[in-house]
Amino acid sequence: MRLDRRTFMGSTAAAAATLNAPMVMGMAHGKPRVVVIGGGAGGATAARYIAKDSKGAIDVTLVEPTRKYYTCFFSNLYIGGFRDLASIGHTYGKLAAEYGINVVHDWAVGVDRDKKEVALAGGARLPYDRLVISPGIDFIDGSVPGWDVTSQNRMPHAYKAGSQTELLKAQIMAMPQGGTYAMVAPPNPYRCPPGPYERVSMVAHLLKQHNPTAKIIIADPKPKFSKMALFQEGWANHYDGMIEWIGPDFGGDKVEVRPDAMELVIDGEVTRVDVCNVIPAMKAGRIVELAGINDGNWAPVVPHTMASRVDENIHVLGDSSAQGDMPKSGFSANSQAKVCAMAVRAALTDSKLFPARFSNTCWSLLATDDGVKVGANYEATDEKIAKTDGFISKTGEDAALRKQTYEESVGWYAGIAADMFG
Amino acid sequence: MKVPVTAMLGLAFGALSGAGAALAAYVGDPERGAEIFRKCASCHAVGEGAKNKVGPHLNGVFGRRAGSIDGFRYSKALRRMGDDGLIWNGETLDAYIENPKALVSKTRMNFRGLKEHDDREDVLAYLRQFSDDPQNIPEAEPTAVHEVDLPPEVLALRGDPAYGEYLAGECVTCHQAGGSDEGIPSITGWPEEDFVIALHAYKRKLRPHPVMQMITSRLSDEEIAALAAYFNGLE
Ligand SMILES: Cc1cc2nc3c(=O)[nH]c(=O)nc-3n(C[C@H](O)[C@H](O)[C@H](O)COP(=O)(O)OP(=O)(O)OC[C@H]3O[C@@H](n4cnc5c(N)ncnc54)[C@H](O)[C@@H]3O)c2cc1C
Ligand code: HEC
Ligand code: HEC
Repeated sequence: MRLDRRTFMGSTAAAAATLNAPMVMGMAHGKPRVVVIGGGAGGATAARYIAKDSKGAIDVTLVEPTRKYYTCFFSNLYIGGFRDLASIGHTYGKLAAEYGINVVHDWAVGVDRDKKEVALAGGARLPYDRLVISPGIDFIDGSVPGWDVTSQNRMPHAYKAGSQTELLKAQIMAMPQGGTYAMVAPPNPYRCPPGPYERVSMVAHLLKQHNPTAKIIIADPKPKFSKMALFQEGWANHYDGMIEWIGPDFGGDKVEVRPDAMELVIDGEVTRVDVCNVIPAMKAGRIVELAGINDGNWAPVVPHTMASRVDENIHVLGDSSAQGDMPKSGFSANSQAKVCAMAVRAALTDSKLFPARFSNTCWSLLATDDGVKVGANYEATDEKIAKTDGFISKTGEDAALRKQTYEESVGWYAGIAADMFG
Repeated sequence: MKVPVTAMLGLAFGALSGAGAALAAYVGDPERGAEIFRKCASCHAVGEGAKNKVGPHLNGVFGRRAGSIDGFRYSKALRRMGDDGLIWNGETLDAYIENPKALVSKTRMNFRGLKEHDDREDVLAYLRQFSDDPQNIPEAEPTAVHEVDLPPEVLALRGDPAYGEYLAGECVTCHQAGGSDEGIPSITGWPEEDFVIALHAYKRKLRPHPVMQMITSRLSDEEIAALAAYFNGLE
């Protein structure tokens, strides 16, 4: 039997009824089954922890279209020349071979919440007892007038890593001497709050070596941004006069692009640019909407378990979730995945449920050996994941501390990659 | 080597009259301290013309960043603490010489520590005479006097490795379960006691690192013991 998209989407109303039904454990069909959609920071971690900690008691299937996952984290460092592309690409071999996870390279195109089945683009259907969805972000159509996905070759976003990142770097390297790189920064909320500004730092670092008279313009709809004082200090120290940030006071929120002419229009004023890095407004990965578990652009979740507020058999992780105070970061997604894995195991087996704990730290590189960080602890309340305490690097820190902070970030990258992919 | 005790004492009293009684806790007996310093002198020189020996010379140690004497080969761990912002003052020195490993787990200072409070106070009073400007020495908050060594009941707690495994989920995003030491120190296979002491040193903010201070701020004594047990079991 073929399931078309309509069958899946039509199930929203009926699903409300299943919320009250007693939970069916996986016993009727043998081992309980977990399907994970998305093999990124949230999904790969959740799949690995469920498989590892249940020691074979739970069947785990991971659905991910790409055979190689390029991390967005450190993709800016690739642009800056601090990493090569191969070093941020990861495959799923260990998850399959060492953890017994069934890795399926396909797209999920629908979720039948009544039947508890996921439909794949290739036609297969995967039954689940619990479903974990961590599909990252998609872009909101029309959020930057003049730009849509068909323009991403001329005006790349490079906000999903891989070929887009490579393309952006190639375009920057091909800029004429003294040319202009422009970024259209996204409105809140979006993945990786310091990401666009770390990107600018890395682009400046690259240009300083290859094209020192080049200019950088950022059109920004936000009056302030993450680690703003640290970035501005770093830009003044390392790239003085190269970077112009145009906030909403000067029209940064009234932007249009013309990909064919390579023009950026800020508050009616037209500028011809050589590279235009458009980072549109974001929403949850499309499958969240197809599953009917979104409220507006994101999927609300119960903080204690990361279960969807719409369907308790589905957990939503990472960028796609609306959880409260945590930033949309790889670190957050990884942290949420472990809470989710514990909750899923407790629901399907007799393992213990410990209280949820979350934390996040995000590093950014400003220039060679000049790293900064921001981080916080979070706790689950009934209402949201709430920030309890945090820290941020200070302006004016000495070089030794900044270098150490950068080295830590390299350690963290290796750590989180091992935690995701084994 | 001749020590100008009287002149120095005069300075110390000057500082006292201005700063009030809070500082009194740090004024030991430098003459007795000179005697006790013999325990350090096999490795450290202090005073005019002092050179590095097994350990770095200790002139001007108050107010100086840990691990910052040029030309001395410090351990990676002590240098890291210095880079983190560890500054030697009455409080941090007291902690380090009470139990060097509490402050810097992998320090090369192979010394079991001065367990008597008065001995430390005296030796620090002696060392303070060789720091430039005793009045201006940055002190820790007067209220922030910590006992470094942990109460025996805290050290005696036996952790549950299963709970430790769950809690460790938070750690292995940074500290690799495989034990790599790249950029972030390895924490696998440590003696449990060293591990417990290190985490409490962050929790009490004796160690300066903001991430680890934050992480440990919400760990209970039992949770620290559980983590120590779990990571001890990883090779
Ligand atoms: C430039 C940049 C720099 C960043 N730097 C950092 C940093 O330094 N630190 C940090 O912590 N975070 C950083 N981030 C943020 C981080 O990359 C994301 O927050 C994180 O990847 C979110 O994890 P996720 O699991 O929600 O989504 P992702 O990691 O994006 O994973 C989603 C996966 O789901 C798959 N998928 C999507 N739809 C489907 C479907 N229908 N069926 C099957 N599979 C699907 C995708 O192919 C993808 O592999 C950065 C992001 C960017 C863009
Ligand atoms: C067995 C040799 C030895 C003894 C005994 C010893 N130390 Fe040390 N000390 C060292 C070494 C080696 C270092 C460098 C540690 C490192 O790099 O981790 C050091 C470092 C120090 C430092 C840090 C200096 C800096 O520049 O950051 C201080 C302070 C110090 N010792 C004080 C003392 C005092 C006070 C005593 C006696 C109570 C003492 N030490 C006893 C070997 C010793
Ligand atoms: C965000 C990254 C991060 C997380 C998460 C983290 N740590 Fe750390 N940890 C570090 C860094 C960086 C250092 C080095 C700190 C320093 O210089 O003092 C460190 C130091 C330590 C040390 C001392 C190592 C030494 O050689 O002295 C121990 C022990 C430790 N961590 C245990 C833990 C435990 C247990 C957890 C989880 C509860 C944890 N850490 C979570 C980054 C992290």
